[in-house]
Amino acid sequence: MSKIWLITRREYLTRVRNKTFLLSTFLFPLVIILFIVGSVLIQTQTHTRARIAVVDANGYFKDYLKSDSSMSFDFSAGLDSVNYAERGCTAVMIIPVLPEGKETDYRLKYKSQLSLGGTSDLQNRVNDAIVDHMIYQKTTISRGRLDSIRNNSHIARLQAFEDNGKTAKASNQTMSFVVGYISGILIYILTFIYGAMVMRGVMEEKTNRIAEVVVSSVKPFELMMGKITGIGAVGLTQFLLWIVLVVGLAIAAQGFLSAETWKEVQQAQQTGQMGGPAAGRTSDLAGNIAKIDTAVGGANLGLTLLLFLFYFIGGYLFYSALFAAVGSAVNEDPQEAQSLMMPITLPVVFSFIIMTVAVQDPGGPLAVWASIIPFSSPIVMMARIPAGVPGTVPYWQLGLSMLLLVLGFLGTVWMAGKIYRVGILMYGKKPTWKIMWKWAFHAS
Amino acid sequence: MNILEVKELQKAFATQTAVDQVSFSLEQGSIFGLLGPNGAGKTTLIRMITGIFYPDSGSIFFQGRPFAALKDSIHIGYMPEERGLYKKMKIGEQAIYLAQLKGMSRSDATRKVREWFNRFEMQTWWNKKVEDLSKGMGQKLQFVTTVLHQPRLIILDEPFSGLDPVNSNLIKEEIYSLARQGATIIFSTHRMEQVEEICDHIILMNRGRKILDGTVAGVKQEFKENEFRIGLDSPPPSELTAGAFEVVERRDGQLIVKITSGHHPNDVLRYFIDRGIGITSFTELLPSLNEIFIKLVEGTPTARQFHRL
Repeated sequence: MSKIWLITRREYLTRVRNKTFLLSTFLFPLVIILFIVGSVLIQTQTHTRARIAVVDANGYFKDYLKSDSSMSFDFSAGLDSVNYAERGCTAVMIIPVLPEGKETDYRLKYKSQLSLGGTSDLQNRVNDAIVDHMIYQKTTISRGRLDSIRNNSHIARLQAFEDNGKTAKASNQTMSFVVGYISGILIYILTFIYGAMVMRGVMEEKTNRIAEVVVSSVKPFELMMGKITGIGAVGLTQFLLWIVLVVGLAIAAQGFLSAETWKEVQQAQQTGQMGGPAAGRTSDLAGNIAKIDTAVGGANLGLTLLLFLFYFIGGYLFYSALFAAVGSAVNEDPQEAQSLMMPITLPVVFSFIIMTVAVQDPGGPLAVWASIIPFSSPIVMMARIPAGVPGTVPYWQLGLSMLLLVLGFLGTVWMAGKIYRVGILMYGKKPTWKIMWKWAFHAS
Repeated sequence: MNILEVKELQKAFATQTAVDQVSFSLEQGSIFGLLGPNGAGKTTLIRMITGIFYPDSGSIFFQGRPFAALKDSIHIGYMPEERGLYKKMKIGEQAIYLAQLKGMSRSDATRKVREWFNRFEMQTWWNKKVEDLSKGMGQKLQFVTTVLHQPRLIILDEPFSGLDPVNSNLIKEEIYSLARQGATIIFSTHRMEQVEEICDHIILMNRGRKILDGTVAGVKQEFKENEFRIGLDSPPPSELTAGAFEVVERRDGQLIVKITSGHHPNDVLRYFIDRGIGITSFTELLPSLNEIFIKLVEGTPTARQFHRL
């Protein structure tokens, strides 16, 4: 035991003392923030305003299809499916006479495709136009009244609450989506970063031939476990530093706000929680902060953080043991490592894909099962937890997932230990998973 | 007392039997040569003695008790043929770390490392990294980390490769001095002249089996061909006919003769005295270990490398 501690200590200190550790600790959040900001920017910026030429055989669409910020319509005479591009339109829509009660095709012709959302938006607008036209034609309502009904009817706003038995908590889908997504991405990236670090460390020991010196003093399993726990401790240190960084920034931000604003924030939160109408007195700033604060509260930050730690450690142990096994089996050739890593990276990448589905539908069967199976549970479960425990994620699922993850990493560590014991001293042999399987399950 | 006793040790890998029924014993304080061509099973044998591999069958006794790898590792120092150190780690710290892994306390290890660094004039290296060292310097460091914890049994696999004559001698002197202090040394090498110089006792392995076991002097006696070199004060007659010996070679007024069985060296001397030819020298020619080994492993698939020596 004390020897594992010695090895852990060395692995930890050599890495933490390294300048790249400090650098990466502060650069990583920056990169993540840039990544998130960048992807949000890309998503909002790529909306180009479509300008659609309309050739309408019915003659009434120009009264109903209104141009706005995302789409504009051009009804000028002389536009047709040949010259629309020259006239500066992105697409041309040809609507034939639409007989009542019969489905009729209308066509959209374009050079550059509309976005998926744009197409369905256009369909809705056309259908709304037909409804409006029919109401106008078949009733005695004036156009002005019809417009005012349209404009004043969007008055109901949904407030969702998570039912926790006695209490109900304001839920915020967007926030749990964001928290879930970020947690999932973080675990995904960290699994790879630290897993690869373990693998490189093992490969270094093998190619340096120090492994033979060390395993004449300690058991190979101790050497492997020491490395895994040492690098895991590096990861936790890094994680703690990030929390300190975030909390520090949050406190610094609070310092910039006056006490009065905070009072208003509290008031706004109280009225919001009672389900009463939002107080109109509060300033915009306080209202916004109140929203963010309740949203953060709605995601249950404390529990999320604790479970994040658990799934980070569990997922790390589960995968780093496999990475260690690969590192012990390969020779100096990095390409060997690449091909052996495939079966490990595939489930991680696959979990990431499931995670992007799970944040949108945290209760779906795919999300539930993927969050229980240890191969994908660290990433997928972290995407579901912000949606609510025990509402969306019942306790039995959480418990089963945690238990299976613990059993899972005990299993991978045991198997990796066996592969490692043989692999670390084996040179020149080109490793395959078949050979490694033999090392693991046929005692020699 | 025998510090190490190996009985009928056997270890097989998927494709071949690496060590096949090998037995030997080692006296405390002796310097023991473990010889054999590549692939003879030396490394596998050593790895079993250091507890890295478990034998398939057979037993190892260390200091009279059954060998327990983890408990006894503090008493064993092993320097593998392929040297290994952490490249990015500072030298002083690395030596302390490796000694701690053997079970020394941090303070003992630090004291010992300083002592050895002083002896080898390595004090100024303390904060250097291994990647900054030359091959020979790395070798010296590796030797220090091997013997630092005062092991009872020291296993050195090709300890002199990459060392210049000065540093070779330094290490050689340390090996003698460690043996005088009671440590037992297993010395594995291909370099026969070093074995003749250093070792008391040798075993030769080939294809997993022990094919020779004895003291250096004993082995030479066993394989001697009854050949003698005779120096004469006048040129010997071109035709020598005698029943006691036959001439193998003539060179620079000296004769190399092989005594036929049933005769004695005195018969050779008498032959020349009777003919009034003055004898200036008379020496027995013992085979070199190199010759013995070539003879023993010749014809086996792994013998070729010995011809290069």
